[in-house]
Amino acid sequence: MTISPPAAAANAADPLASVDALIEGLGSVGYIASRRIATALFMAVKLEKPILVEGSAGVGKTELALSTATLLGLPLIRMQCYEGLDESKALYEWKYGKQLLYTQILKDRMGETLADAPDMDAAMERLHGMGDLFFSEPFLEPRPLMKALREDDGCVLLIDEVDKSDEAFEAFLLEVLSAYQVSVPELGVLKAKTPPLVFLTSNNVRDLGDALKRRCLHLHIPLPEAALEERIVASRVPGIEAKLTRELVAFVQTLRSLDLRKSPSISETVDWARALVLLHAGSLAPEVVRDTLNVILKFEQDIAAVEPQVVELLHRK
Amino acid sequence: MQHTLEQFFRALRAADVRVSPAEAIDASRAVAVTGYGDRTLFRDALCSTLAKSAEEVGRFEAVFDTFFARDAAPPPPPEGSERDEPSEEDMAATESSPLAQAVLQGDSAQVQQSMEEAAARAGVADIRLTTQRSRLTRRLLEEMGLEEIERIIANARRMPNGEGEGLADRLDQARRELFAQAQQYVARQHDLYAAGSARELREERLARKQLNADGGVDPVDYQLMQALVKKMAKRLATKYARRRRAAQKGHLDVRKTLRRSMAYGGVPFRIEWKVKKVDKPSIVAICDVSKSVAAAAQFLLTFLYSLNEVVDRMDAFAFSGRMISVNDILDENGVEGAILKVLQEIGFQQTDYGRSLQDFADQHLDSLDRRTTVIFLGDGRSNFADPRLDIMKQIHDRSRAVIWLNPEPESYWGQGDSVMNRYARFCHVAKQCGTIEQLERIIEDVLRSYVPH
Repeated sequence: MTISPPAAAANAADPLASVDALIEGLGSVGYIASRRIATALFMAVKLEKPILVEGSAGVGKTELALSTATLLGLPLIRMQCYEGLDESKALYEWKYGKQLLYTQILKDRMGETLADAPDMDAAMERLHGMGDLFFSEPFLEPRPLMKALREDDGCVLLIDEVDKSDEAFEAFLLEVLSAYQVSVPELGVLKAKTPPLVFLTSNNVRDLGDALKRRCLHLHIPLPEAALEERIVASRVPGIEAKLTRELVAFVQTLRSLDLRKSPSISETVDWARALVLLHAGSLAPEVVRDTLNVILKFEQDIAAVEPQVVELLHRK
Repeated sequence: MQHTLEQFFRALRAADVRVSPAEAIDASRAVAVTGYGDRTLFRDALCSTLAKSAEEVGRFEAVFDTFFARDAAPPPPPEGSERDEPSEEDMAATESSPLAQAVLQGDSAQVQQSMEEAAARAGVADIRLTTQRSRLTRRLLEEMGLEEIERIIANARRMPNGEGEGLADRLDQARRELFAQAQQYVARQHDLYAAGSARELREERLARKQLNADGGVDPVDYQLMQALVKKMAKRLATKYARRRRAAQKGHLDVRKTLRRSMAYGGVPFRIEWKVKKVDKPSIVAICDVSKSVAAAAQFLLTFLYSLNEVVDRMDAFAFSGRMISVNDILDENGVEGAILKVLQEIGFQQTDYGRSLQDFADQHLDSLDRRTTVIFLGDGRSNFADPRLDIMKQIHDRSRAVIWLNPEPESYWGQGDSVMNRYARFCHVAKQCGTIEQLERIIEDVLRSYVPH
């Protein structure tokens, strides 16, 4: 996407004006987005819906949320999901210690206040008249989800690897995602003033429920094409030579066509590019590739399978 | 345009992309933001609201390209052809048929529009089967007013001195083009709405097919069957492969509660309940691949393969004369390769149940414990050899459950060389399992009641 400089300057003011402006804006904070990614993000903002990002590990799912937060200048609240995550860790918790102290104070004061009550009924009357603070906002310890809902100027909420959480937790998320509100039994319903921009990421450890999917926009980030990947590497690794970028991206693309246990994804390509720059490698020589193969391949078998054919793979274009 | 979107949703549903009313509303809202001007933007916006998994994205794109096909409307006729300027007489003669005039003027947009309208009247979008195509094409053309054109052609041909011949030829030509266009239109509708349901029909039939019937599964259906078995395995996987923490509410964990209460000065603020940790299922699957089950063997192995992908802790064995462990073969090869390899190594020999059980007892009896579920897949035909019921009893005693799935109907058990009725005594469940549908139901029952969770 090439935009003439004056247009870019105009768009920089409002990255949410159009999809092109969004691509441009994400580019300025170092995230090279494909058109499809930008469109999905654009729709998420316009329709005020959460966005479910899927794709294999290392294609930039989490990075998209981070970059969006930077671009929009909003605080990022991140919640990592795992098996056994529950409400008290995701939503809120009562400050038990302080509540306990509060009851202690209350007890001390109670004697004074009720001392001059003529009989039991009057004492009870007076007791009911006192404000009940035990379950109230000051004793509430907000966790990520509630924090996100209480950000009055909006924020970016990243619910990372939602597929790792339990089904029960997924069901619990539904209320937050569809109405941007939560119900706390003791306090009632808390609703967000400004709905946060929600990103959910998933590695497909398990299939997510239809109810959750239905409430979200869906974005699948595939492994990028060569041209896009070259631009990503160039943007992420400053000072890398164009020739080296081209060669290493071509090599990684060939690797992806092989039958490997874990194909290298974008983060591996970027790491590799950084490693090569550090090693002052001007071009891809077979021995350099062999020495650094462990940066892009994460399984012993994969390395063993690729190592003998490095020379051949380098020449296959 | 709302109507077009509705039609598009229908086409998506036919292609197995689930579109709920809420998603349809989202899609309409998205379109309201993007408008119809930018095709890519339009497509991506619809895609992010409607397609909810990587596979669905693929199907979505296919349907989008067919539905909003660019070449649906034929290109306008080349410049300077005689049809561009229909003569006054032609226009006068075809006055009664707007369609004929549109065709003569080369107004493809007009033709396209009237075709869409006629299609709605003729109910082309309700197409279900390939065989309906020619009838629907005919009806579509009738609705468009082809008869009127035919009448004009006939009239023109009857005119004296061949005056009308020119017009008749031109209209005849146009009629042929129209026919081709209508055919194409109906074919496209068929692709959109019926292709998916035809596949569903085949899958349904296949799921009920007897697997040990002569010839087994038709090679044509083989791929489909594998896909079906895989789908089934995946369904089971999402249900059972994960370890769950099942909280047993009602049983107070006193020790834990007391420990927790320390932080609050001994006041039991938080009650702790006993939580039962769940063992992952451990399954031993033993599959008969001998001659007598030749037809079903491939299917049983496909299932074994899928099960291997689903269950974390599974030991798989295959036998006919002897028994071997096939864990490595299943782990290292693709499904077709694995089946072929197992059959090459051990398949289609004379069955010897006694010998095979002996092999199993020698190598693996120790690995059976009270958490293990043993699944036999076989017909229980021992070729009159010693069935070694003593080993079967040992297996029965040591494991949590023994389940035998037999492709033969129960009335055959015990007839001829079948010792199934004798084995059945040492099984917790012994059932006939002849079709994929039966298999799925049984395996689900098995996992629910015999695999601890």
